[in-house]
Amino acid sequence: MAEPTAPEVAIEAVMDKQVERGEPILQVRNLEKHFPLTQGILIKKQIGAVKAVDGVSFDLYQGETLGIVGESGCGKSTLAKVLMNLETATSGEVLYKGEDISKVSGRALKAIRRNIQMVFQDPYTSLNPRMTVGDIIGEPYEIHPEVAPKSDRRKAVQDLLDVVGLNPEYINRYPHQFSGGQRQRIGIARGLALKPEIIICDEPVSALDVSVQAQVINLLEKLQDEFNLSYMFIAHDLSIVRHISDRVGVMYLGKMVEIGSDEEIYEHPTHPYTQALLSAVPVPDPEGREGRERIILAGDIPSPANPPSGCRFRTRCFKAQEKCAIEEPLLAIPQVFSGQDTPAAHESACHFAEDVDIVGATNGEA
Amino acid sequence: MGIHATEVTAEAGRGRTADSEDAPLLQVKNLQVEFRTRDGVAKAVNGVNYSVRAGETLAILGESGSGKSVSSQAVMGILDSPPGFVTGGEIVFKGQDLLKLSNEKRRKIRGTQMAMIFQDALSSLNPVHTVGTQLGEMFRVHRGTSKSEAKKKAVELMERVGIPAAKERVNQYPHQFSGGMRQRIMIAMALALEPDLIIADEPTTALDVTVQAQVMELLADLQAEYNMGLILITHDLGVVADVADKIAVMYAGRIVETAPVHELYKRPAHPYTRGLLDSIPRLDQKGQELYAIKGLPPNLLRIPSGCAFNPRCPMAQEICRTEVPPLHAVTEADGAPLEGRGSACHFWKETIHG
Repeated sequence: MAEPTAPEVAIEAVMDKQVERGEPILQVRNLEKHFPLTQGILIKKQIGAVKAVDGVSFDLYQGETLGIVGESGCGKSTLAKVLMNLETATSGEVLYKGEDISKVSGRALKAIRRNIQMVFQDPYTSLNPRMTVGDIIGEPYEIHPEVAPKSDRRKAVQDLLDVVGLNPEYINRYPHQFSGGQRQRIGIARGLALKPEIIICDEPVSALDVSVQAQVINLLEKLQDEFNLSYMFIAHDLSIVRHISDRVGVMYLGKMVEIGSDEEIYEHPTHPYTQALLSAVPVPDPEGREGRERIILAGDIPSPANPPSGCRFRTRCFKAQEKCAIEEPLLAIPQVFSGQDTPAAHESACHFAEDVDIVGATNGEA
Repeated sequence: MGIHATEVTAEAGRGRTADSEDAPLLQVKNLQVEFRTRDGVAKAVNGVNYSVRAGETLAILGESGSGKSVSSQAVMGILDSPPGFVTGGEIVFKGQDLLKLSNEKRRKIRGTQMAMIFQDALSSLNPVHTVGTQLGEMFRVHRGTSKSEAKKKAVELMERVGIPAAKERVNQYPHQFSGGMRQRIMIAMALALEPDLIIADEPTTALDVTVQAQVMELLADLQAEYNMGLILITHDLGVVADVADKIAVMYAGRIVETAPVHELYKRPAHPYTRGLLDSIPRLDQKGQELYAIKGLPPNLLRIPSGCAFNPRCPMAQEICRTEVPPLHAVTEADGAPLEGRGSACHFWKETIHG
């Protein structure tokens, strides 16, 4: 880890979990994923590219949860796929314990893949309806037989069912015999089968009923403590992300626009997009709703095939000035806050970063 | 069945609010809907009572399978039948019982006097017609306006709901619009003939939060402008807190709690409502386990006996397993009445007053 600067020390004192963080387990550097747009049937000509992920960098530490929030089309799911090596990155690096996963192949890649697993959003389509629960959870062992020898597999699967809170006797049932929440538990058990170090959760609770979401969130937290897992938690529900995450990254149109600890992002957002996002979230408390000030953004997300020049958010930003169209703001601690001992001093890609307490304001108090 | 008891006390509880002003726009009384399937009869709605006045927003809150959408489809008269059947109750809209009207008469009311906004705008709009045609259809069918006049009206409507460059975009197809814009077109369509009642079934669930905020604001503005009654069906406690005047919480086909919005969030009187509110992540609970309602929502083919919530309820006692709780009128600890509040729990006193 780099020499901690003064503000970092102050923040780390608050976040006890981060004090113990050592080497990052996953380092992402300038990651880009562009999908080519072609024209013509026989002679394909590339006429452009959808820049789904366009230069994203961050670190993930052992045992921590990094929340990724952003609207649909911001590239958060593509990011997950690239980290899983399901999509090859256009450029940039994904270093797992110092090794670039986009460069390795064969046996080395297989070994890395074992350690990065995924839990999908929709438990209704991510489980094969013609396989039993035992086969679904045990399938990873076919590819990585060294984790559980054939004779132990049934036992291993039953243990996993027990760990995620399902009855081990259900091993021969089919997915349709389970409810949404139970299916998501099956998906989580499959993710755990190979004893991975990193689990990427892509909207793991958004397809579930409200009363069941809390159960699955609790399970994920319990498993993290038990197995010292690192989570990358992609979601659009900001209150759940805050609850589960140690650090939060905000994405917009393929770029990370702000990243920091949960307290920094939620209490001291400095990027106007983060501020708008936080103020747009409906607060489940009707008190003071008449006096609540909302930043309502105009328009929709621009097309990632043709992003605006300079700062990508400028077309919807309430602070945009001429500079924003010309110069692209970099993700760094804004100059106004640099060297200051304040939670506002975290990385934010805005020329006019300003510390605004949105959550406090929406609650009608500072 | 115990439905009778439910009905009587529910009426008594609501009567106080209903009689104080002129008659409500819509009154649903003891509505019952069932689905006759191969596996048996699913009782989707079991004796539901509610009312909406002009300019008022009623939020119906519930999980999937709670009957919130089915009850409103019955009100609109667009229930898939078979397998769905309205087996009892009254739907009184502006003084007449809709269930007694002919299909032809109900069709005339739909669109002109009550309209619905659906969750998924992309699958609710016809992909092979331009949005202008679909918006204009409302005027041509119900008002008999000419084609060119209808198009002019469509452009006006699109401008009204804040779609930029409406003149050019009126000739585009639904797939050429973004999710938020499509939902605006749905709203425009519902508003076209200035109905008195709008039913919005999860209008923003498919949208991103920043777009959701735009659409909800638009809906609230238009509601105030036209003084419409609005029934908002949702599972999102945040959206409800933002816009509702009063709330009906549904569970397994019944209304388990009714209350004005501020009251419900401050002092829930039903363990299910309290469980939902407690499971929202709060700041001071960071790093701790979230409160979770145990178990799963019931299968409508096998609704538990007694109170449907009893297998999941932390307060359940013997009586909860045997007797269906009626919707009790909720009062202060000293017996002072609380307007518009009801709870279908045997232990509502313990739930609200501790």
